[in-house]
Amino acid sequence: MASRPLTLYEKIWNTHVVETRDDGTSILFIDRHLVHEVTSPQAFEALRMAGRKVRRPELTLAVPDHNLPTTARIDAQGKRLPIADPQSAAQLAALEANAPAFGIEYIDATAPAQGIVHVVGPEQGFSLPGTTIVCGDSHTAAHGGVGALAFGIGTSEVEHVLATQTLQLKRSKTMEVRVDGQLRPGVTSKDLILHIIGTIGTAGGTGHVIEYRGEVFEAMSVESRLTVCNMSIEGGARAGLIAPDETVFAYLKGRKYAPKGENWDRAVAWWKTLRTDEGATFDKSVRIDAATIEPCVTWGTSPEDVVPIGGTVPAPESFTDPAKQEAARKSLDYMGLTPGTPMREIPVENIFIGSCTNSRIEDLRAAAAVLRGKHKADGVKWAIVVPGSGLVKAQAEAEGLDRIFTEAGFEWREPGCSACLGMNPDKVPAGERCASTSNRNFVGRQGPGSRTHLVSPAMAAAAAVTGKLTDVRELVD
Amino acid sequence: MDKVTDIEGRAIPYGAKNVDTDVIIPAHWLKTISREGLGQGAFETVRAQDGNVFDDPELAGAPILIAGDNFGCGSSREHAAWALLDLGIKAVIAPSFSDIFSGNAFKNGILTVELPQEQVDRLLEVAQTDPVNIDLETQTVTTPFQDRFTFEVDPFRKHCLLQGLDEIGLTLERDTAITNYESRQARDMPWLAEGTRERAA
Repeated sequence: MASRPLTLYEKIWNTHVVETRDDGTSILFIDRHLVHEVTSPQAFEALRMAGRKVRRPELTLAVPDHNLPTTARIDAQGKRLPIADPQSAAQLAALEANAPAFGIEYIDATAPAQGIVHVVGPEQGFSLPGTTIVCGDSHTAAHGGVGALAFGIGTSEVEHVLATQTLQLKRSKTMEVRVDGQLRPGVTSKDLILHIIGTIGTAGGTGHVIEYRGEVFEAMSVESRLTVCNMSIEGGARAGLIAPDETVFAYLKGRKYAPKGENWDRAVAWWKTLRTDEGATFDKSVRIDAATIEPCVTWGTSPEDVVPIGGTVPAPESFTDPAKQEAARKSLDYMGLTPGTPMREIPVENIFIGSCTNSRIEDLRAAAAVLRGKHKADGVKWAIVVPGSGLVKAQAEAEGLDRIFTEAGFEWREPGCSACLGMNPDKVPAGERCASTSNRNFVGRQGPGSRTHLVSPAMAAAAAVTGKLTDVRELVD
Repeated sequence: MDKVTDIEGRAIPYGAKNVDTDVIIPAHWLKTISREGLGQGAFETVRAQDGNVFDDPELAGAPILIAGDNFGCGSSREHAAWALLDLGIKAVIAPSFSDIFSGNAFKNGILTVELPQEQVDRLLEVAQTDPVNIDLETQTVTTPFQDRFTFEVDPFRKHCLLQGLDEIGLTLERDTAITNYESRQARDMPWLAEGTRERAA
């Protein structure tokens, strides 16, 4: 008997329900759990105090990323260098001790596979289509790029997953973001997701899981899909996903934890069924024409504050919502911007290329293509590239990208979250601007008083060359 | 977890929209390995300004925070809930909350109360001078001026908050159901264990 047509989200959800109570709350099985040093110590401590063990330690992978300095981690003799900040050192030490104590595999801070959790998961084949993936970090949504239901959780939920390998959840509503047509040259997946957030707003996806649909996403590399899904949380959605296809299967095949042999064939056969059925309905639907999207940049302190690079700083009065007018006034005051100023006239002193949004090899290639044979402008005081993982870093070095960056005046760093959230020493000074490939332009996000303009890697590179926010299409043919 | 029933006292009239968890607790406070003491860093950038509501001596120890739309958006850091707890906040009233924040608040015994914007505006006005009462049992917010607003709350969350129940303990009671699921998954999706089995060894 044919059942009701289902969305991709509903299919993955249904497959993972252990049981559902009368009030609609389900116990949902979690297939993959990523753990990092910042949101886990209190969870392990609580397990210890309650005398609880980890139910399925082999389904969890631990790797430090948020807090690690991105300067050299080993000296010329191969000896590990100490971390100067005692609190950061203690947090790293806690993860190093907790992982083996609870039987969890740990990727060391100096291992080649170390990197940002959301880069490491897909890269190691740990993140698979149709799985449920969680991590104590809101950008876990990124793994939706391989067709997984992936979302961020708090530390109490980290503890819950460790102890039970499940979460108690209610099913989310479904939202379709459909983008038809093709992106124009010079417009990237980052511009697309910024445009989407600017369209739906930071609460547009609250309570929903977004499925990104349409030929634009089908044509995208896995790296670009990860970038799009990563920022679902900036649109308020806890998760965002794209139906897995041959592009994803080809990306995953042969990776360390990906299935092999007969299991691979069985997995692919099931993964191919992971598409929204014809006739399935979404609770909310947004349609966007790809051809209308320009390279984007943010002007304010919310990721919804997006304008095309050819646009100007908006006037607060241009918003209809009085609360948004007030928020815009505060944002402009914090950002030191005047309404009407062309975005392309805004000078930047700092450039950050990195973060779980944009630190994969494709991102570094795009930035290097703009920088090749060029040098950062005099006004740019600090420019860094922080690869998403040791493997991305090695690949970039094999392609000679590191030399393009350093010859352009960039610092070439060790993998980690870095200046995306200003937890480690990589911070943007107060009152200065940063063209950043990260995901949040919140007040103080990149350091107290820092002013963030979110852009794509190519746009960040273009800003480095000219010393101001720039339309990258003017720099490349 | 402490039981939540009746929350009565002054309410901090904050009211801002889209307050993200970086504002509630900036990242440099996240280096701790404990849940304690984060109140010191709560709303650090807001408190750097003179005359802010958080340092109003009349509101010291206020158990309620009133905020704007989409409160707690951004990072999943539970430190935001711990910081509010450390400030003495037992309930937050706002027109809407981010999904992750409301879950984190619930798991720490903080009640999140969603009310329409006009009712929140009224409470912001009352909070300037007078206390606010939240009764979880009857799901009502009242003021000394006969205001009476009812709110929705998930029945399971309500039950847990009223009883001070531990969610992990509740889930562990369903151990047989979880074990059965694991057996089904091992049979139907053997590939999920493949890469991980060797790591468990």
